Amino acid sequence: MRYETVIGMEVHVELQTASKMFCGCAADHFQVEANTHICPVCTAQPGALPVINGRAMELTAMTGLALHCQIRPHNVFARKNYLYPDLPKGYQVSQYELPLCEDGWVEITSEDGPKKIGVERVHLEEDTGKLQHTGRASLIDYNRAGVPLMEIVTDASIRSADEAFDYLNKIRQVVRYLGASSGDMEKGAMRCEANISIRPEGSDEFGTKVEVKNLNSFRAVRNAIAYEVERQQQVIEEGGQVRQVTMGWDEQMGVTREQRSKETSEDYRYFPEPDLLDVHLEVEWINRVGRELPELPADKAARFSEIYGLNQKDIAVLIEDAAVAAYFEEAAQHSGADPKSVANWVTGEIFRRLNDEDVLIADAKVSPAALVELLALVKDGAINQNAAREVFTELWEKGGSPAAIVETKGLKQISDTSELDEAVAKVIEANPDAAEKIKDGNLKTVQFLMGQVMKETRGKANPQLVQELIKKQLRV
Amino acid sequence: MALNEATAHELITRLQQREVTARELVQATLDRIDAVDGQINAFISIDAEGALTHADEIDRRRAKNEPLGPLAGIPIALKDVLCVRGGRTTCGSKILEHYIAPYDATAVAQLRAADAIIIGKTNMDEFAMGSSCENSYFGPTLNPRDPERVPGGSSGGSAAAVAADETILALGTDTGGSVRQPAGYCGVVGLKPTYGRVSRYGLVAYASSLDQIGPISKDVEDTALLLQAIAGHDPRDSTSIDVPVPDYLAGLKDGIKGLKVGLAQEHFPAGLDAEVATAAQSAAATLADAGAELVDVQLPVAGHPEYCIGTYYLIAMGEASANLTRYDGVKYGHRAEGDLNLQEMYLRTRSEGFGEEVKRRIMLGTYALSAGYYDAYYRKAQQVRTLIRQDFEKAFTTCDILLSPVAPTTAFRLGEQTDDPLQMYLNDIYTASVNLAGIPGISVPYANGADGLPIGIQLLAPPLEEAKLLRMAYALERTTA
Ligand SMILES: [Zn+2]
Repeated sequence: MRYETVIGMEVHVELQTASKMFCGCAADHFQVEANTHICPVCTAQPGALPVINGRAMELTAMTGLALHCQIRPHNVFARKNYLYPDLPKGYQVSQYELPLCEDGWVEITSEDGPKKIGVERVHLEEDTGKLQHTGRASLIDYNRAGVPLMEIVTDASIRSADEAFDYLNKIRQVVRYLGASSGDMEKGAMRCEANISIRPEGSDEFGTKVEVKNLNSFRAVRNAIAYEVERQQQVIEEGGQVRQVTMGWDEQMGVTREQRSKETSEDYRYFPEPDLLDVHLEVEWINRVGRELPELPADKAARFSEIYGLNQKDIAVLIEDAAVAAYFEEAAQHSGADPKSVANWVTGEIFRRLNDEDVLIADAKVSPAALVELLALVKDGAINQNAAREVFTELWEKGGSPAAIVETKGLKQISDTSELDEAVAKVIEANPDAAEKIKDGNLKTVQFLMGQVMKETRGKANPQLVQELIKKQLRV
Repeated sequence: MALNEATAHELITRLQQREVTARELVQATLDRIDAVDGQINAFISIDAEGALTHADEIDRRRAKNEPLGPLAGIPIALKDVLCVRGGRTTCGSKILEHYIAPYDATAVAQLRAADAIIIGKTNMDEFAMGSSCENSYFGPTLNPRDPERVPGGSSGGSAAAVAADETILALGTDTGGSVRQPAGYCGVVGLKPTYGRVSRYGLVAYASSLDQIGPISKDVEDTALLLQAIAGHDPRDSTSIDVPVPDYLAGLKDGIKGLKVGLAQEHFPAGLDAEVATAAQSAAATLADAGAELVDVQLPVAGHPEYCIGTYYLIAMGEASANLTRYDGVKYGHRAEGDLNLQEMYLRTRSEGFGEEVKRRIMLGTYALSAGYYDAYYRKAQQVRTLIRQDFEKAFTTCDILLSPVAPTTAFRLGEQTDDPLQMYLNDIYTASVNLAGIPGISVPYANGADGLPIGIQLLAPPLEEAKLLRMAYALERTTA
């Protein structure tokens, strides 16, 4: 029998605010000395009270709007009660009945083309502390406790691991474009859970879903879903029944493992947080947030295709990071710039360097203006591709002006016919066999002679001119 | 009259005129504590050294004619539910027996800014849960008027300390009557301000949507003085009200001519203690003599204990069940000893650390919030709460002030109600609805019962009308003098 996979995703995104969700402590906690960003509020000292971080509300509303959600003007925070040492108050302040954002969608690319994934809700809550188990003791770091956390929940319209992967990527792009989060999964700034079930193809009923937690990388999302789908198929094909359980993904072993049975599901006893007033968002405020949204990845992609005539593959690479896209655009809009060759250089040479050296485009020493100047030198025939690469290397490492580098390195292309004629003659003389082959009609050997001429001219010869001259001197 | 028997407003003048020093005054209260607190047990902690040092500093500053706050040199006792930086804050519980607060409550910071002198922390029902001050890990407080009687609760220590002249002023907290009822039982003045008028930051929560810090003092003028010092908006308490604080002393003595005092028939049911009913009616009559106009009002929901008490306890216990989860032995406070896993540590810590009444309320509150019961209990209670608030709103369209008893009886005997929690809960019938509505209420001693124990009168006003409420209370106080 053929099965269809049904997936719903819950993504937690840590917001990049200066302070925590309900207190003034710094929200930054990655590689910070344990328990240094804490105060009476986020360690739940008796009598301490929360105050809502307005910026966190704004970033969540921005995300909701970017995901085409309705923004709820009347917001209520609720207490989600459970007891665990990483949760200082014994309840997490979250949103329950009335989330900030509802009923949106994200467009992803599926096997059958573009597809909308429904976003049921986006709400705001607070993160927990971090537990560290050392032998017989457990240590707690509350730096992360109270960091604003946004939860994005989809409907069950994701149908494969690839779709889940693309969805997650789209979400990460959006939160990065908005400056809402770093979206770095390896740093825990984005964490993911998937509800996975399978059903016979064509069936409208949902199968029993299994919740898989601990998906801490893009790879984990793809592998865990693939594994879990396979496992559920096997259970059914062996005549068994999938049980409703919570599983954890074991990255090392590449398997899902049962964490707890859902039959004893916890009762969180949600109730409105009495320490906070309901938050009423003015329509004008919501409109302003919507107006001030930066251009989003999908819109940018459409625009890049229309204005610059780029192909989808290049666009996908360019818009992945808003800073890269901005770099490309700054270069492409220079007078005389050819957007396609700019795109080639950005997605080629620049990307290779960024990845190899793990640097951000913001820190690149090659300015968009310098890149355009370099491309103009190539286009005008002042330097050839070889020299261009050499100039680029210099620019990448030290910065500066391409023209000046060409000058000091003596890279200017030789397009002087008489000078090249001499070099060509010398090479033909030194390679009589090759010359004969060419005369006999073996034109591939022209490339060999060209290489020799390049060597002779230390790479500066205008290749087109050299080719013409070889053919001319050998009369072919 | 001994220094410690005087009121704050008298003492402020005498301190200003250099007739007495802050040190003499503080010493007088400390001496009184030494003499009587062994029996009354109003205090959990006494900071004699700190108080005297502070008093000397105030005296020095006064000698140099430096500017001083409005309560400069006046001793004050704080219910042990208010955080004082570096000091022990126990909430009357074993679980916080050794807890040292790392910060000052906003109200405490305001008292420091006013140059009041904190002399100690007072006894209370554990986590403010109780109406008799018998639910304290540190033993019961006795009523100074009659040591066989309870002082009321939960701010019993603060009320008893003021009544026994162990302090000049005190702060209590009031969630369902916990300032007004003990003030009534001990024969002192106790005010619960409008919800949000005084910051709750640093007040250890019992029921967040009901808790409010309130002054306890020997007379109404002192209550006004103390409210003046602690009222105001606090950006650290999201539920605090951002409205300017009026001058509570300015119109205090202006009289009550033309003000309408409402009496709700629901507050005088057939079975009401005759002495209590008579006292309230007599109080109304004397206010009428002083120029007020009496009107009948109706409180069809807010006046009925069967609605108010159930609503109050469902909401208070629900909130409490969450508020008290943080006492888990992990971060601070008592932790069970032994080689225990996490579940065992939680269970033993909380079983050992909490008293019976606290456990009862956590369990009931947990139940009321549980899936399948939430709609029938907690949500329903919130709906009734809205009706109660509307009841008061409506009543206040026809009157300025409402008058009722504070409690259905005078102070009862120790142990008399400890076996019957439901009977104990009925102590709150006149007071709990006031917290549910968020309006201000004051308890003023008015008469004495045949048993010689005080009977208090409760006056209520619309939100933020503390000035009017105090004016009426001041007038009532004059009629009893
Ligand atoms: Zn903090």
